[in-house]
Amino acid sequence: MNDNTHIDHKSHGYGVYVLIWFALMALTGITVAVAGINFGALTIATALVIASVKTYLVLTVFMHLRSETMVFKIFILVALFFLIISFILLFTDYSFIVRN
Amino acid sequence: MSSSEHTISHVHRDDVASRMGMWLFLFTELLLFGGMFILYSVYRYNNPEAFHLAAKELNTIIGTFNTMILLTSSLTMALSITAIQRNNKSLSIFFQMMTVILALGFMVNKYFEWGAKFHHGIYPGSDQLLSKPAGEILFFGLYYVMTGLHGLHVLIGICLILLMIYYTAKEVITQDNYMKLESAGLYWHLVDIIWIFLFPLFYLIT
Amino acid sequence: MNSQNKNEVSYLEFQGKHKGLLGWLMSTDHKRIGILYLISLMIFLTVGIIFGLLMRLEMLTPGKTIMDPQTYNAIFTLHGVIMIFLFVVPGLPAVFGNFFLPILIGAKDVAFPKWNLTSWYLYVIGGLFAIVSILLPGGPSDTGWTFYIPYSVRTGTNVTFALFAAFILGFSSILTGLNFITTVHRLRAPGMTWFKMPLSIWSFYSTAWIQVLATPIIGITLLLVAIERYFKVGLFDPALGGDPVLYQHLFWIYSHPAVYIMILPAMGVVSEIIPVFARRTIFGYHFIAMSSVAIALFGSLVWAHHMFTAGISDTSQFIFSLLTMIVAIPSAIKVFNWVATLYKGSIDVQVPLLYVLAFIFQFTIGGLTGVMQGVLSIDIHVHDTSFIVAHFHYVMFGGTGFGFFAALHYWFPKMFGRMYNKKLAVRTFWGVFTGFNVLYFPMFIMGWLGMPRRYYDYLLEYQVYHVISTIGSWILVPSLLLMFGYLLYYVLKGAKVTEKNVWGGETLEWQIDTPPIHENFINIPTVNEKPYEYKSNDLETQFSEAR
Repeated sequence: MNDNTHIDHKSHGYGVYVLIWFALMALTGITVAVAGINFGALTIATALVIASVKTYLVLTVFMHLRSETMVFKIFILVALFFLIISFILLFTDYSFIVRN
Repeated sequence: MSSSEHTISHVHRDDVASRMGMWLFLFTELLLFGGMFILYSVYRYNNPEAFHLAAKELNTIIGTFNTMILLTSSLTMALSITAIQRNNKSLSIFFQMMTVILALGFMVNKYFEWGAKFHHGIYPGSDQLLSKPAGEILFFGLYYVMTGLHGLHVLIGICLILLMIYYTAKEVITQDNYMKLESAGLYWHLVDIIWIFLFPLFYLIT
Repeated sequence: MNSQNKNEVSYLEFQGKHKGLLGWLMSTDHKRIGILYLISLMIFLTVGIIFGLLMRLEMLTPGKTIMDPQTYNAIFTLHGVIMIFLFVVPGLPAVFGNFFLPILIGAKDVAFPKWNLTSWYLYVIGGLFAIVSILLPGGPSDTGWTFYIPYSVRTGTNVTFALFAAFILGFSSILTGLNFITTVHRLRAPGMTWFKMPLSIWSFYSTAWIQVLATPIIGITLLLVAIERYFKVGLFDPALGGDPVLYQHLFWIYSHPAVYIMILPAMGVVSEIIPVFARRTIFGYHFIAMSSVAIALFGSLVWAHHMFTAGISDTSQFIFSLLTMIVAIPSAIKVFNWVATLYKGSIDVQVPLLYVLAFIFQFTIGGLTGVMQGVLSIDIHVHDTSFIVAHFHYVMFGGTGFGFFAALHYWFPKMFGRMYNKKLAVRTFWGVFTGFNVLYFPMFIMGWLGMPRRYYDYLLEYQVYHVISTIGSWILVPSLLLMFGYLLYYVLKGAKVTEKNVWGGETLEWQIDTPPIHENFINIPTVNEKPYEYKSNDLETQFSEAR
């Protein structure tokens, strides 16, 4: 039972989680407040950047990615790469054509 | 049996493998929603005005409230893991129950939100919706399918966490064997992340 | 000590918690699950073959030969759905991946044995859904395996069941992929670094990533079609503002990488078999390994080449055409390395090698015609003609199918502890090979001349090719059925094999008992060498051992 494969997981204290929760709440407030202002094309970019920051916090702290090995981080990059490249290649079509 | 040399490795526990498997599963969930986000991006790109107009029908306050509920439930889920790591069984169960209660709160809100839309005659295939321009039909189509699929994941999450509460009570989940709870937590946080993106994309584009 | 003996019996005779049939249906042993998959795959393969035979028979003469047009539409749909989702996609990973992946990396089982069994049950449930879609009133789905919108929303046939079948089979495939990735990362034997893994493991590993990342996209897409049918959400239906071309995009984001789910494992098997029968270290190990990863990567970036005539933007056509050319490079690297391995080897032409050589021949034809279609101008000419049908049958059947048969003949003695009649197997091979080429090669010609695919009727000028092609099916199908027949016969009645190393292979599966014991290894081996290290000085002994 005592092989070291399952004790490598460091735990965060309660405090860290609460702190992150405050940050997430604050970011939610910001994103709602900012949504009323019209930045033009930047509006959606702002919303997505804030959502990405929130996601980063959830991934690294709540989901303990910070204490995982490199392999896990590479895995996530691979998955994100696949998703993002699909968006990019798809928009090589939709950016240059109007159907309907 | 279990004492002989070569069967012990069969029972051998590999927590890294469990987490790896769980993460890979989360990728499939990510890509499942990813397909929907692709749809969303294309249709919004093609119908920016209609999406703005249609989004006015959504209630930003309920949306914000639900976001906060879900973020808080993620917090309690994370705390329940710390609690079990510190061998505090009852505190862990308390936090898990909090998570379930918050998740139920989310679903109740969702119920009223959808209910109000249905009441106004806005639902897939309704005459009122079909009389609107194509962009708005698409917006509500995406709204129902994406939040619906997300809601389904919340329901699955509730069942999963209820099972974890049972396991914790029965001490299947303990201080040095809490991978099941960890996996349920990972799943729950992913559901949260999906919502983090759904929220601004549907409620905040007015 | 009693328990020790119990674990050292062959997996075929092992008695676990359950006995008899339940001992198989409830077993989490990766080898037994592999056999369960083998049996179910062979059943569906046979059904698919029969549908194919019926299609060829219908095409013998213009107009009605044996069935009406609606039946023909249903049959080519079922042929596609069964062959793609129930045979070729699960194919090699589910059968040989399950059986040999843990053995080849020196593990006792996969990382998640219970999920492995679950994946088989999902496969069976998916298969049942496919069967139900045939039998229910409303008639079998007639959309083609691609379920293109808007027809798939409008038709009254049982499309929904076929969609759910594909959806569930997708999850079965995801579970296999997830299991393989984790197994390769966590359960390699001590000393087996990444570049000491057999090449088939690289293939299975790359495939597994596509399974995990691409399958959910088709899952959600097919689900949306089902939702569209019932709730009129409008996401794809042009009548409600949806974009049917977007459906095609989403469909091919999965389904093109799926092509590599199908072919990569077969390439792995080829890389495994060639060095054994050439008695030579594989040429360009690193290139073959890395080209598997490259194929998985670039294969995910070329999907829109299925849509050149669907009205996508010029920019998009240009980019996807370029990427399509690039994906041919890693495949070519593999072919060159295989041929280089054979060069100056002491080649021992056994049945598995025959299938492998046929693989290389046919895959090269299929692959090169694929590059042709990547060229925009040619694609417009051959799109939706039987040229395409010929191309993907040369890759999927001439490639993956032959790879599957090669693997079956290569690992058969290890899996069952019995040997087939080699002379009979060689003769059958020539039947399969001849039948295959006579059946599919004329399709290239008539497609080039303008014969559309999926058409029920045709002009008289194409008949000569159709007749040749149908005659090919009369050679191919009996040969295949003969093969399945003799394999089944020799599983039960073949001469017993007990020697560990049947062919003189250097990988781990040839160092354990035949058939393997319950948990494969008594002691997990330590791996110090690269695979396929054939040392010239003991080549003689290996050779005679193998005899």
